[in-house]
Amino acid sequence: MKPAPFKFYAPKSVPEVLELLNEHGYDAKILAGGQSLVPMMNFRLVQPAVLVDINNIPELSYIETHGKGVRLGAMVRHSQAEKDPLIKEGAPLIHETIPQIATVQIRNRGTIGGSLAHADPSAELVVVSTALEAQFKIQNQKGERLVPASEFFVGLLMTSMEPEDLLVEIQIPPLPARSGWSLKEVARRPHDFALMGVAAILTLDNKERCTEARMVYLSAGDGPISAPDSANMLIGNEITTELITAAAEKAASDEIDPGSDIHATAEFRRHLANVLTHRALEEALQRAKSGK
Amino acid sequence: MDNTFELSVIVNGTSYQETVDPRILLSDFLRDGLGLTGTHVGCEHGVCGACTVLLNGAAVRSCLIFAPQVHQQEIMTVEGLGTVDDLHPLQEAFREAHALQCGFCTPGFLTTLLPWLEENPNPTEDEIREAISGNLCRCTGYQHIIDAVKLAAEKMN
Repeated sequence: MKPAPFKFYAPKSVPEVLELLNEHGYDAKILAGGQSLVPMMNFRLVQPAVLVDINNIPELSYIETHGKGVRLGAMVRHSQAEKDPLIKEGAPLIHETIPQIATVQIRNRGTIGGSLAHADPSAELVVVSTALEAQFKIQNQKGERLVPASEFFVGLLMTSMEPEDLLVEIQIPPLPARSGWSLKEVARRPHDFALMGVAAILTLDNKERCTEARMVYLSAGDGPISAPDSANMLIGNEITTELITAAAEKAASDEIDPGSDIHATAEFRRHLANVLTHRALEEALQRAKSGK
Repeated sequence: MDNTFELSVIVNGTSYQETVDPRILLSDFLRDGLGLTGTHVGCEHGVCGACTVLLNGAAVRSCLIFAPQVHQQEIMTVEGLGTVDDLHPLQEAFREAHALQCGFCTPGFLTTLLPWLEENPNPTEDEIREAISGNLCRCTGYQHIIDAVKLAAEKMN
């Protein structure tokens, strides 16, 4: 299939983009890397009347330190972030996540901001940015605002952005000292959409007690699905294998809401969530203990 | 409503100026607009890798890019690699190792591998499998392709 006709704009600056979005509202769609939007257009699942291509705005492609964390322009491509030393140092979970996303041809074109704005609940970056408590800088003609990940993703392929809004920057805060992290997922073939996955982050105090725990799941509901009750089972305690087992079971049975489809049943996805949570917490714990 | 785009692009070292409808995919522009039918169209949703071309040197899927998006940029297709009489070492390796049967997927493999082998001149078998994971072949079972990549690495070094 071929896409339906549309009016094409290729603005060269953010103010021009904001003006076009303001003018065309719901008729306009932003074209970033296009690795999700163009397939949907090719199948005519979406038929935007206006496309605003933001690939000609080089000032949206920066990666910089931001306090002790990092910030990325929304048009940073996956392959750029994959090779960037600041990401490796300041956001190691992102560094480890990116090679698991899609294939090299997609990573060469797809953008970090595009993946997040698309808000696919099976997308690794959606889940990882939620676990890292990332902040999203959004601009429109009236001004700009900073939205935390917890308020950015609101449903299946939906964010809290309005049609006139443009995501311009993603801020990744640093993890506290003695933190460990892990992303575990299962896909039938590497780089396919994962059937289930979890990002886990643990922080320990100097007596080996857990002070902070976050688990966020992909392909487990209409958005990134957090498991706060299971995480709370860990906080305040020294993390043992028994505790990990209990938390993983609770998260898999009570806190996620995976669906059944042609690829996997909900029951199988819950099973995977249990196993993957176990592995992710073990790895995060080891990293927190070793300080790496 | 004027809905055409004046596209200026360099493909395999040659400059082209063409008027295009913005909804024309780069893959269709190369094939139908420029007659460069070496770029093959398989799934048109970014899975099969048959339409892979190099955009400013990076392997991308030409079915997921609209033609106006390559305005004033450089494209290389499989036609830019070698000719029948003067094959690129990568193409020679594919021929010698029997890495193709029907040949439909081959241009995508070649364009994916060209920049990758330049960055990874001595790849392991696992690295090769990872490198071609975005390209589907329905004939060979991949083993001969992997052999060809090893052979190409030797030839290109």
